[in-house]
Amino acid sequence: MKYMMFVATDPEAEPYDPAQDNIQEWVAEMVARGVNLHGDRLRPIEDATLVRVRNGEVLVTDGPFTESKEWIAGYDMLEAADLDEAIEIASKHPMARFGRIELRPVWPFEE
Amino acid sequence: MVSTLIRVTGDWSLAEDCTAEAFEAALATWPRDGIPTNPGAWLTTVAKNRALDRLRRAATLARKLEEMTAVTELEHLDPELSDFPDDRLRLIFTCCHPALSLEARVALTLRTVGGLTTAQIARAFLVSEATIAQRIVRAKRKITEAAIPSRVPEAHLLAERLSGVLAVLYLAFNEGYSVVAHTSIADEAIRVTRALAQLMPGESEVTGLLALMLLQHSRRRARLDPGAVPLTLEEQDRSLWDAAAIAEAGELLNGAGRRAEPGPYQLQAAIASVHATADSAAATNWQTIVALYDRLLAVTPSPIVELNRAVAVGMASGPEVGLAALERVAASGALDGYYLLPAARADLFRRLGEYSTAASFYRIALAGAPTQPERDFFARRLDEVGG
Repeated sequence: MKYMMFVATDPEAEPYDPAQDNIQEWVAEMVARGVNLHGDRLRPIEDATLVRVRNGEVLVTDGPFTESKEWIAGYDMLEAADLDEAIEIASKHPMARFGRIELRPVWPFEE
Repeated sequence: MVSTLIRVTGDWSLAEDCTAEAFEAALATWPRDGIPTNPGAWLTTVAKNRALDRLRRAATLARKLEEMTAVTELEHLDPELSDFPDDRLRLIFTCCHPALSLEARVALTLRTVGGLTTAQIARAFLVSEATIAQRIVRAKRKITEAAIPSRVPEAHLLAERLSGVLAVLYLAFNEGYSVVAHTSIADEAIRVTRALAQLMPGESEVTGLLALMLLQHSRRRARLDPGAVPLTLEEQDRSLWDAAAIAEAGELLNGAGRRAEPGPYQLQAAIASVHATADSAAATNWQTIVALYDRLLAVTPSPIVELNRAVAVGMASGPEVGLAALERVAASGALDGYYLLPAARADLFRRLGEYSTAASFYRIALAGAPTQPERDFFARRLDEVGG
């Protein structure tokens, strides 16, 4: 079962502490277990670009983006046995403490 | 039967449809051919065969590996086994999974584990049948699509998940208990908790919750006056209390108490048990109740438990001491605006004979009470103190 794990910031979470950031260990463990297929950080919202097609015309703009204090800071594609394993993986990620994590089951087209 | 089919096929609607079809088949054939020697096995066989037919058709189309596995397992299912307790246990944990909303967990547990109809659940929660049906459909969809597992959680998760299950069952029970007309929900919550206690005999908090429910339920015939206004423990006719339920709860608590340091449900049940075994409010061992509240506070600190403790102190050591304890609780500010705080003050002033002070607090409680029976109760009290 594949889950997209969105790693997001959260102003209500505990403040980021580099000394408590165990992301390297997390990646090492999850890659070794074969549950993390791939993942990365994302550049901040200032570097984002909005693309729309309206009346056949491509509109490219620097926003507007939803005003939000929680923005997606990274993602990981997980391969887990079930939701409980995905929850266990997510709960060990440092951003579960410094931010928040959203697990979305992948919905393959062949279904 | 449903829980087994769900486990094997992983498909909730398939399992429920096939079970319903089996019952329909029984209605059609049993009056004609007579009731089979093992009706449960007969039903399971029919439901199993229906599921097999459907899965085989689907599997030929899709050639899906899991479905073929389910077919194999179904073919080897022994219908002579009267029930499949492990499947029922797995189902309880799935229905109470924290990834589902609390409302969905309660509705799904009562519907799927308890077997209540959506109409019964809707009546208890004062929402439409369509709302409950929708809640259940969405929850089942999430179970399938997000792959919520059907299993008893591993040891490191068990305590946390089990306490979630108990919270759902207690919520369902209270929902049924708070409204007279809906005791079927309370009965069903007790039945599921009893099954859980049998399935997990080593878990003393499950036993504690069962005892607590039995003790509260034992007062169902005594707790309201003829006008459906709640009566306090002091006012209830104790001969109407269900002695068999009280005795059963006592035995459960004795057995559980020997196994482990008591948790919050056991302690609440122990408090209820002291009340239940006293001949009158005056003869109640209030010192023991205060001591149990102290232990409860050590396990689960809560301003509401502190409030109840202060009331018990008032009964054990007199209203003045109770009021002093109450003022310490009120000073924290955590109960500001909570109607049971002025209600407790009013009752202690009433016991002191200070009726006009009591009346002013009963008026505040009356204004804040959320349900009509409680408003009726405070109005009656207000009347008694000449307000």
